[in-house]
Amino acid sequence: MTATYAGGPGTLVDGGFCTFVIDGLVLGVPVEHVQEVLRYQQMTVVPRAPEAVRGLINLRGQIVTAVDLRRRLDLPPLPAGSLPMNVIVRSRGEVVSLLVDDIGDVIEVTGLELEPAPATMPARVREVLTGVVSLPEHILLVVDADRAVDTSTAHDTTGGLP
Amino acid sequence: MDDDAEIIAEFLVESHENLDQLDRDLVELERQPGSRDLLSSIFRTIHTIKGTSGFLALHRLEALTHVGENLLSRLRDGEMTMTPDTTGVLLRMVDTVRALLDVVERTATDVGDDPDDIDVDGVVADLRDVLEGRAPAAAAAPTPAPDRVPEPAPEPAPEPHPVAQAEPAPYDETPTDPAEGQRRAVDATVRVDVDLLDNLVQLVGELVLTRNQILQKTDAHADVELGRAAQRLDLVASELQENVMKTRMQPIGQVWAKLPRVVRDLAHQLGREVELEMEGHDTELDRSLLEALKDPLTHLVRNALDHGIEPPETRLARGKERVGRLRLKAYHESGQVVVEITDDGAGIDPRRIGDVAVARGVVTREAAARLDGRDLLDLIFRPGFSTAAAVTNVSGRGVGMDVVRTNIERIGGTVDLASEPGIGTTFRVRIPLTLAIIPALVVGEGGERYAIPQANLVELVRIEARDLEVLAGAPVMRLRGRLLPLVSLAEVLGSPDAEPAEETDARLVVVLQADDVRFGLCVGDIHDTQEIVVKPIGRQLKAMAMYAGATIMGDGRVALILDVMGLARSRGIDQTVQLAVEQRAVVEERVTLLVVQVAGDRRAALPLTDVARLEEFPSAVLEHAGTTEVVQYRDGILPLVRLAALVGLPSGPPAEQVAVVVHETPDGQRVGIVIDRVLDIVETTATRTDVGRRPGVLGSTVVDGHVTELVDTDAVVARALPGRAELAGVR
Repeated sequence: MTATYAGGPGTLVDGGFCTFVIDGLVLGVPVEHVQEVLRYQQMTVVPRAPEAVRGLINLRGQIVTAVDLRRRLDLPPLPAGSLPMNVIVRSRGEVVSLLVDDIGDVIEVTGLELEPAPATMPARVREVLTGVVSLPEHILLVVDADRAVDTSTAHDTTGGLP
Repeated sequence: MDDDAEIIAEFLVESHENLDQLDRDLVELERQPGSRDLLSSIFRTIHTIKGTSGFLALHRLEALTHVGENLLSRLRDGEMTMTPDTTGVLLRMVDTVRALLDVVERTATDVGDDPDDIDVDGVVADLRDVLEGRAPAAAAAPTPAPDRVPEPAPEPAPEPHPVAQAEPAPYDETPTDPAEGQRRAVDATVRVDVDLLDNLVQLVGELVLTRNQILQKTDAHADVELGRAAQRLDLVASELQENVMKTRMQPIGQVWAKLPRVVRDLAHQLGREVELEMEGHDTELDRSLLEALKDPLTHLVRNALDHGIEPPETRLARGKERVGRLRLKAYHESGQVVVEITDDGAGIDPRRIGDVAVARGVVTREAAARLDGRDLLDLIFRPGFSTAAAVTNVSGRGVGMDVVRTNIERIGGTVDLASEPGIGTTFRVRIPLTLAIIPALVVGEGGERYAIPQANLVELVRIEARDLEVLAGAPVMRLRGRLLPLVSLAEVLGSPDAEPAEETDARLVVVLQADDVRFGLCVGDIHDTQEIVVKPIGRQLKAMAMYAGATIMGDGRVALILDVMGLARSRGIDQTVQLAVEQRAVVEERVTLLVVQVAGDRRAALPLTDVARLEEFPSAVLEHAGTTEVVQYRDGILPLVRLAALVGLPSGPPAEQVAVVVHETPDGQRVGIVIDRVLDIVETTATRTDVGRRPGVLGSTVVDGHVTELVDTDAVVARALPGRAELAGVR
């Protein structure tokens, strides 16, 4: 089990988060990691790629891997007919697209406490989170972009313990 | 001497640049005589020229700059002060240096056709005079500038030279030199920032993609004007691309330049005597590749010295020349650069490689036993392999050949070796000219397009389903007498509809070659060939050996580039021993023979190229047409010739099945040659002798230690087909 919670209890969060929705969850990535958000883009499928890799997008001449966050987090697929949106994040010198259901607002958080993700959440979701922040209207799941785009740790269909 | 020529050319460019600066510095120095900075800069320039000219054995230049340097060092250290005389004599020195450099450029020596042409000694004497505090003798007699070729540069005109030239050229803009029109080394080159070039390549890549997009769109339009403009764009973009790519090309000699020293030092250290030969050092390739090639190449050279070339005593004992020869050869071949490193050393014994590989746990004994010579040799590229008995600081740490191969494959290249124990070893490295933009074949499968680098493409074949055969579950086809393993792209890509197509369907087969492996890739659709810009793919997909990258097609969508080597590996084809053997036949132009048994225990052979198919028929289906034995075959009648009878041997015992070699004449007539059975397919360079020559037999040769008679295929045809008229009658 890897530690998914970087700060100790009482760590305060300051800054902007680009929020998006997946399967009813509100997630956010620190704005400094987000390059842009895009509506649905045509994708080229990569056969035999890790399951979470949905395809490749042409982003103004640059080839960007699209990671399906639902698959990455072991959540059920989007209902047929709805198209995912792209959150383009920068991770370790590369640009990667996170496919999400819907894009939310950019919210500013000041002086709120970053709490560890509840242990009852599925491990697959917890492992990409730095923590959660309780906002008045909902709970924001703070996503670590580097971990989210790492498909090598994605679900191993051959079995084994996580 | 080519290396020298290159060094001299570089020296000239550099020196001319420095001299221009020097002129400005000297003039400036007159205004601020005490400036240490200026003096130091001038001193450095002259010092550099002196050093290089000494190295290049340009002795007059060296003598001149040596005295000049002395004077400058005293000025710099404040032991002397600048006077107009000093400036004058220094400027004359610079002019003379320039004149000498011109001579060097024309003749590659600083003596030239007429050593008295340039009065070096006079200037040297004047410099000495100033050094020793006397007034220079000739300083007061200015004559026109000595430059044989006028300087178009806008700097202040050089101080007049006191000694008249044989033909003082007037200082004007019109070149009067016989070499008119031929730009000099200085004017012909510009130094450009490498980043700028890389940027240009990037931009051209984008332009090429946009061009592809526009071409695709205009194809759909009937507008003639638009079509013409698009065509012009196409031409210009192609040419621009070609030229920009050329700016990044550099001769491989740049990497080789250091090797003579490496070889010398190593030979010394290892007690070897080695003569290094280098050929084709002006072969050009992309500078990024050049950089990547440096280490593998050095490693291969070290390896050749350490493991290849024997110590002189051993060589003498083996009846070889005392001095070993190491040969580097570079050349362009079908869009690739080939570098060969050949030594005439001990060679590599495949069995020893096998033993060592087993000992080091690289392969199991069982696996090694199944490998033949070439595959055993290939084991040296496996990680953790090293045969050096002693670990030297040269090679033998077990890190090496695998790293060499990895590094070369990373830049899209391949490396293989051929070795003859006792004779020597050749490593052959193949690398693409450039990585940025490559020609590729675009194929379609499962609704997506895939690009295959043209460098891997051998040919395109369309086959009928019945030409496809299955050997123990592995689909193969016969292509001009050779078995070609087939791989279905749909299956490789794991498409759900990878079911074999209808029996009646024709298949499109892309014949591919990577390294020594040749195989056919069955694809759903073949689009066209186009220039593609290779773009990297993300970390998530890096580990997938079957993709070399991705590109953007004319319609803006992404297409994956297939890595042919990776594909072959993923299907286990690179283990195919038979193919490696066949490939060698192509490379070394050997003859491949079908060896058959005839008349009980006799061996005969015919060139595999004369064999269309091998068939077996039950004896019961043989019929007669006139006096000729025939069999019904593929909607026709196949006349049969019994080989034993043809070559004058008794027939073998009757059998239930007859083995037939089907030969096809150039005009499509088929003839069946009845044999006892097929023994082997052997490639050989063995020469034919006339022993046993008789009707139907061309002569004999030794194959695998057995005397084997060579069948005269023409005689077979003559025997079977004069009956053509007769057969026609039967039909």
